[in-house]
Amino acid sequence: MLFTIFAALTIAGAVAAISLRNLVHSVLSLILAFAGLAAVYLLLGAQFIGFAQILVYVGAVAILIVFTILLTRNDGTFGTSSQASWNLGALIVIAVFGTLAWTIHSSAALQHALPPQPEATMQQIGTALMVRFALPLEVIGLLLTAALIGAATIALHEKQERP
Amino acid sequence: MLGEGIAKGLIETARNFLGSYVNKDRLTTVQYPEQRLPQAEATRDFPFLVYDGEDWQAGLRCVGCQICEKECPPKCIFIEKSTDKKPDAVGKPQFYPAVFNIDISVCMSCQICVEVCPFDAIKMDTAFELSTVDRFGGLLWDKARLAKPNQHYHHVHPTEAAEVDGRLAEERAKADAKAKAAAEAKTSAPPPAAPPAAPPANSGVSSTS
Amino acid sequence: MTALAYNSLHHASPQAADQIFLIVQHWIVSHAPAGLQSLLAILLSVVAIVGGFGLLFAITTILERKGLGRIQNRYGPNRVGFFGSLQPIADAIKSLTKEDIVPQTADKLVHLLAPILLVLAAFSVYAVLPVGRNMVLVNLDAGVLFFFAIGSVTEVAVFMAGWSSRNKYSLLGAMRAIAQMISYEVPLILSSLTVIMATGSLSTVTIVEKQAGFSRILPHWFLFTPWGFAGFVLFMIAATAESNRSPFDLPEGESEIIAGYYIEYSGFKFALFFLGEYLGMFAISGLAITLFLGGWNAPLPFLTWVPSYLWFFAKLLTLIVAFIWVRGTLPRLRMDQLMNFAWKFMLPMALLNLITAAVWHFMPSGPVRWLVSIVLVVVPYTLLGRNQMHKSHLEKRVYRFAE
Repeated sequence: MLFTIFAALTIAGAVAAISLRNLVHSVLSLILAFAGLAAVYLLLGAQFIGFAQILVYVGAVAILIVFTILLTRNDGTFGTSSQASWNLGALIVIAVFGTLAWTIHSSAALQHALPPQPEATMQQIGTALMVRFALPLEVIGLLLTAALIGAATIALHEKQERP
Repeated sequence: MLGEGIAKGLIETARNFLGSYVNKDRLTTVQYPEQRLPQAEATRDFPFLVYDGEDWQAGLRCVGCQICEKECPPKCIFIEKSTDKKPDAVGKPQFYPAVFNIDISVCMSCQICVEVCPFDAIKMDTAFELSTVDRFGGLLWDKARLAKPNQHYHHVHPTEAAEVDGRLAEERAKADAKAKAAAEAKTSAPPPAAPPAAPPANSGVSSTS
Repeated sequence: MTALAYNSLHHASPQAADQIFLIVQHWIVSHAPAGLQSLLAILLSVVAIVGGFGLLFAITTILERKGLGRIQNRYGPNRVGFFGSLQPIADAIKSLTKEDIVPQTADKLVHLLAPILLVLAAFSVYAVLPVGRNMVLVNLDAGVLFFFAIGSVTEVAVFMAGWSSRNKYSLLGAMRAIAQMISYEVPLILSSLTVIMATGSLSTVTIVEKQAGFSRILPHWFLFTPWGFAGFVLFMIAATAESNRSPFDLPEGESEIIAGYYIEYSGFKFALFFLGEYLGMFAISGLAITLFLGGWNAPLPFLTWVPSYLWFFAKLLTLIVAFIWVRGTLPRLRMDQLMNFAWKFMLPMALLNLITAAVWHFMPSGPVRWLVSIVLVVVPYTLLGRNQMHKSHLEKRVYRFAE
């Protein structure tokens, strides 16, 4: 019951995000979709992922998109796109969805009976991240730092060009 | 060191906070409706029309010359001049304002109307508690509401009113003397005399209106 | 107030005064039909939170106006009721009966949703704040994370308000608010991470429990450690910025952008913004109390008989008074000062404070640990502070178009 509501909310948000004319409305719908997704995570008992989803996607990514829109365009509206790009987009979407669906369907995880749901506490997630997956975490951190420095460099460079 | 200034500021505001409870001199607020500060003599708020004598309609100094209406920067004065004449306070026949309205919601209390009036007919009042529940009719003041006796003028601006009264008396005496002289001239040499009606102050006005 | 709370209620030797609210709630719930009991229990807790903090909002408005007045040698409101004590009621009636104006070109739906979302988000975070012993709506495993996640939703509400009003000032205010909130969220979270490192838990209840107890007379609050003290100061500075209060009230900046993102709101919706802003301030102060000031724990060992929720609200009121005091003292920052302070002072201090907390954690307890930790806090503070203060020499301004 709850899952249906949240799933419907997520899908409605996602559909609105791609179909609405006003870009800011699209972002707000996207936020709705993110929030719906977070609710689904919470429903599945994944507190950490759920809250992280809200913190990162609603609180940061969506706001970043908003900034991008407001800093690049005067009005939030968008011209109609051509039929060719629609077709291309549809093709890519179908291809990605097909691949994902096929992979999930044929994955080995589905063959086994569902194990009893593990109670993943914050402690366990933290330990796993800091001990077992320490190296990937560090690599991701390094990558993000590099991206940050790169962005800062680009921004500074642009500033220097102007007198 | 960072934060020193903030600490100083916090101490200062704390001193103010506590001091306001201890030292009553710190609190400069006047509790307005109960306590009032005396008004300065030059206080001005909105204009009123001065009349002499007892009857406000007969004694109104205004002759409807409409100079103030033209000079008013926010255009808040509306005058309709009368078609007939009637005797003013001293008995001379004059035009009078059939309608004289001031929209005090528009008036900006600049006192220009007072300065341009050649008859000392409009002066500034000191009343300021004028709030009303009717923002259209209640703020558009007509002749009846604007008219106030000369005594009121003396009450609100004594120095200025005394000076104005003195000047008016002087002018009136001068005019009387002139009229007398004209009358005498008339008796000695009747035909070529000019009509004696116009007092000297009026000559400029008749050309503008 | 959950099942867990009930169990502990029966086990613990309850001082009746301390647990009075739980006992009352239990009593009311026991009279309801069995199917509705859990729902009613939650509902009662929500009503208690909304009512309690709503009342605190009313008290704070009068306290703030009186306090600011006195700081400026004025009386403050003193007409309605005894010494102006009924002023909040008058204000409430005024804002509820005022006309609700929506600009003609505004985005009506978003304009309506923004204040609702703001207040919803502001109230939601109270779910994880332990107001007293056993008095928490939900003891989430990821409580602090929940707090910050829901707190970040405020940014969306602010943007919605600013954008939907179709007013240049509101949009400017919203952009300022978002830029400020994002910048100060980083030191806010980093400074609270020290506590999470020390307790090894994100649950607010566990964090408060870890701060119980006394060594002789000093309570085991994290405030009384070098890293805890630095973390608390950093947290409160960032909290001031997060709740858009002076000296970080640029998003509202009356003198330049009139009222910022809620310029086009009037009547009840304006009151909602006002409420949301103050609720945000209470919530973040509550989190500061939970993280650094020992939550509902008593400050002195012989005062433990005082009910726990009273301690929480006493600490909350102290922080509110501090907020008002700072507001009455400091002028508003400039945008570049705000950003410089966030990224060049707050962020390095918060990062260094993490290291200090780690050093504290791994060193054996004793005077050496204190010395090392204090040095680790004071030296960077002095150096970074000097760097901040030497920014004052300004270049001669060169005009590109004006001359």
